[in-house]
Amino acid sequence: MSMMPYVSPEQLMKDRADYARKGISRGKSVAAVRYREGLLFVAENPSATLHKVSEIYDRIAFAAVGKYNEFELLRRQGIRLADVTGYQYAREDVTGRSLANAYATALGSAFTESQKPFEVELLVAEVTDDDVEVYHILYDGSIADEEGYVAIGGSAEAVQSELAERYDDDLDRDGALGVAHAALSDGDGRSLEAANLEVAGLDRTRGRRKFFRMATDEVAAALEPLTP
Amino acid sequence: MTQAAGPDPFDATGASFSATLRATAPEALEGRFQGPVPDHVDGTTVLAVTYDGGVVMAGDRRATAGNVISKRDMRKVFPADAWSAVAVSGAAGPSMELAKVFATELEHYEKVEGSPLSLEGKANKLAQMVRANLPMAMQGLVVVPLFAGYDLREHASRIYEYDGVGGRYEERRFATTGSGGRDARGSLKARYVDGLEADEAIDVAIHALWDAADEDAATGGPDLVRGIFPLVAVIDRDGYRELDGELVADRVDAVVSSRRL
Repeated sequence: MSMMPYVSPEQLMKDRADYARKGISRGKSVAAVRYREGLLFVAENPSATLHKVSEIYDRIAFAAVGKYNEFELLRRQGIRLADVTGYQYAREDVTGRSLANAYATALGSAFTESQKPFEVELLVAEVTDDDVEVYHILYDGSIADEEGYVAIGGSAEAVQSELAERYDDDLDRDGALGVAHAALSDGDGRSLEAANLEVAGLDRTRGRRKFFRMATDEVAAALEPLTP
Repeated sequence: MTQAAGPDPFDATGASFSATLRATAPEALEGRFQGPVPDHVDGTTVLAVTYDGGVVMAGDRRATAGNVISKRDMRKVFPADAWSAVAVSGAAGPSMELAKVFATELEHYEKVEGSPLSLEGKANKLAQMVRANLPMAMQGLVVVPLFAGYDLREHASRIYEYDGVGGRYEERRFATTGSGGRDARGSLKARYVDGLEADEAIDVAIHALWDAADEDAATGGPDLVRGIFPLVAVIDRDGYRELDGELVADRVDAVVSSRRL
């Protein structure tokens, strides 16, 4: 057996974290902004079919940045868990919190136990009758509860501070879209076209399934009065 | 060690809810009957009628166990997704279960794949589910659904009929199933004409349910004392919607008056 050089656990974890962060920072960003009726996700995404934001269950949505094949796997697993749980118990027993915990556990154990951590960062959101819960899950399984707005992905820090400047807690949907669009544009130092945006969200005034997507022309129409 | 093992990416059942359920929670499917079948609930009339631009689906509300009326306000017509509906006849427990799993199946596929199944794909999936019920059917717990929907790609409404072993048959005009299905079919045959309007199709459906209830003890007619009326749903290009109870009551009233001797 060949001798492996000694690497301290601190170094090992640091290397993995650097590796994951590097992978995530190459990708584009997603902003989530709370508005009166729910939560809006705006992602910079030139593809109209390879989604970064999607529906998990009646009141739950998912957004991700990083490596597509990895978060796609996680997304599918989340839908499976939600549908099986809802079938066995009741639809209202499927919660964003339990799903976020499942993701945190999966990412955490992949981070410590496998050769390569997931190069992804996730948001799991749930709308309730009077609130929105947003869970932010990092590549190492750490999880945080977010209020109001959050950005993930390549230029997350810059976008986050742009969001902080523009956000107020009484936005309507188009207002939230404007805030997210401006923050994503300025965070990256350029103006984003509607065709390069993926816009989806959770709206509590909808029927059983609260998830919706906005088509490109809808997005363009909503942004038009806001862009000079 | 590799990363958390996911599902096989080339697994053709990857977007199937029932396959997922079997793999992850098999105990949820246990409890299939072995040996003699206990008393169970059945008897029904459900039907679907196409019209210009959509399809009407309707069902009576009675459930029976032998000669006992066990439930008077049963739901036998269910939305399968936004543009289709499933109506069930046969053993009540397995029928309701079929409708529930089928609806979950369609939603699961839509979420995983990012787009809904084609109408024909949905109809085929339902046929497989009926076929999977065959062991139970052999013991007497037959489930026979009826499926109808609006095909957004073809801009047409379609009806699919099934038999107890999973045969699937497309119908252009109308279809019925259940213990009163034959009587309802006779009624529809006499009243159906091509190019019906939605309102006319609803009346034709209510007539057919009345005829079925008139002849079949296991099919319930309108219950004027308790205010229980047939469940009537319409599916057109705007999707599935159920008719308001008061509206159905009015239509039933008009249909019954027209038949008074």
